[in-house]
Amino acid sequence: MLLDQLKQRFGADIVAAESARDEDTIAIARERALDVMRALRDDPPFAFDFLADLTAVDWPARAPRFDVVYHLHSLKRGHRLRVKVATGEPDPWVASVAGLWKSANWLERECYDMFGIRFDGHPDLRRILMYDSFEGHPLRKDYPVNRRQPMVPETDPILNPLRPSR
Amino acid sequence: MALPARWSKNAEVTDSTDEVMEIQMGPSHPASHGTIKFNLKLDGERIVDCDVEVGYLHRGFEKMCEQGTWTQCFPYTDRLNYASPCINNVGFALAIERLLGVTAPERCQYARVIMSEVHRLADHLTCLGMAAGEVGAQSVMFYMMEAREFLYDLVEAVTGARLTVTWCRAGGITRDLPMDLGARITLAFSHLDGILSDCDKLLSRNRVFIDRMADIGVMAADEAISYGLSGPLLRASGVAYDVRKAHPYLVYDRFEFEVPTGNKGDNYDRFNVRFQEMYQSRRIIEQAMRTLPEGPIALDDPRIVLPPKERVYNSIEGLMNHFKLIMEGIQVPAGEVYQAVEGSNGELGFYVVSDGSGRPYRVRVRPPCFLGMGALSRMLVGHMIADIVATFGMINMIGGECDR
Repeated sequence: MLLDQLKQRFGADIVAAESARDEDTIAIARERALDVMRALRDDPPFAFDFLADLTAVDWPARAPRFDVVYHLHSLKRGHRLRVKVATGEPDPWVASVAGLWKSANWLERECYDMFGIRFDGHPDLRRILMYDSFEGHPLRKDYPVNRRQPMVPETDPILNPLRPSR
Repeated sequence: MALPARWSKNAEVTDSTDEVMEIQMGPSHPASHGTIKFNLKLDGERIVDCDVEVGYLHRGFEKMCEQGTWTQCFPYTDRLNYASPCINNVGFALAIERLLGVTAPERCQYARVIMSEVHRLADHLTCLGMAAGEVGAQSVMFYMMEAREFLYDLVEAVTGARLTVTWCRAGGITRDLPMDLGARITLAFSHLDGILSDCDKLLSRNRVFIDRMADIGVMAADEAISYGLSGPLLRASGVAYDVRKAHPYLVYDRFEFEVPTGNKGDNYDRFNVRFQEMYQSRRIIEQAMRTLPEGPIALDDPRIVLPPKERVYNSIEGLMNHFKLIMEGIQVPAGEVYQAVEGSNGELGFYVVSDGSGRPYRVRVRPPCFLGMGALSRMLVGHMIADIVATFGMINMIGGECDR
């Protein structure tokens, strides 16, 4: 039902669509992602006003390596949707939806921190869970779980007080 | 090393009244329970800008879940929202069960509901108790901690542990509810009722408490939705969204309970919403105990649930079954699922991707208080330093869930 409405509205923008285990999933192309997401939020039959989650999955064996996964809820209509946008090496990026949903601000920062995916248009893209001088992106499949990080050099706290990274 | 000029007593003191002071509050601060750093820009006592830094308790939950089998993730889920571990267990178990396409037996579902609500009560008592203690009502803090002890006695009787319960498994639960659970619950509630009534009388119409909490940290409904807030934070702003009602899971659709909502979205509304939710949790537990069915507590499926120890030690088939499940893990069909449960802070979501093997491919936790912390700077700008303590207390940031 929802998938039919989506296919009717977006047509060729939807690269793939699937309905499994009572959940609807669509995959959209990266170039059209921001427009489609804006329509998903604003069009009355969809009204996805709640961005529940924004994360990524790393499929290193596949050509566009990352799948950025958005979980959209509509508190008004009661339906849910999963949207996937594929992006890959050498410079993985997707458009930022922080202008559409304010929850995307921190969620995209975490996705950048963990996967290294750049969110184009994000107001303040920096690491959120790891410390600033952390090297690498830990949730990538090629980051070994037992890798050691270089020691952070000690700085004089009076001459060089810890400044916030912003 | 010469001291910088500004440290010298003979230097001219320039006191510019429109200078913004940058100060850092945290990460270890006595009034913020949890390791959080606030990079504040202050104009006197008023907050001009606030950058919230999280991540001090990041332990790599999502990475570690990919290293072991499905069942080995359950101890990690306890340590997410460690004030209400059963709810995390239940969420993850439900996600695996949806991928497997199975439903746990009835008695198991009722037991999961009872323990989830007991933990919701414990979490709300912790949040409200600590928040009240931090604004000065120390008696209330100790009363609520006392009430929580009775609930922890219940949890220990059922699961064997107070905090790291690891009680749920895919397809069931490990230990059945004890025979005298009804009597234990009646005892716990007899103490809980008295304490809740006392705390209500001490705080709800207390002039000082209302001055500290009312009209502080106001978040309008549409902004709360945009920030992805859920649970008591969203309901305090007036949006009646509760995962237990909107997308019922387990057997919540068989119970009668209300979803309290506020109207202004300030700290006082958040306090009241959590307080009233405790009464509703109590209702659910009583209804569940009255209608608790008999039956097995786990599925009788050798592909999913470990065989009983008598079979493991006395038959070769039981031994092989146990060995395969422990060494290779439950073979979960490839696919993905997003399972949302109503955690005590809001919508706790588990987005689980399986590649068909016995180990998870990707486990993502959608942490409700992470989103709450993202909205915190919006709530704090324009208020004073003392309001940080009150607002942060009402967000109920649990470090394990926020940072994972």
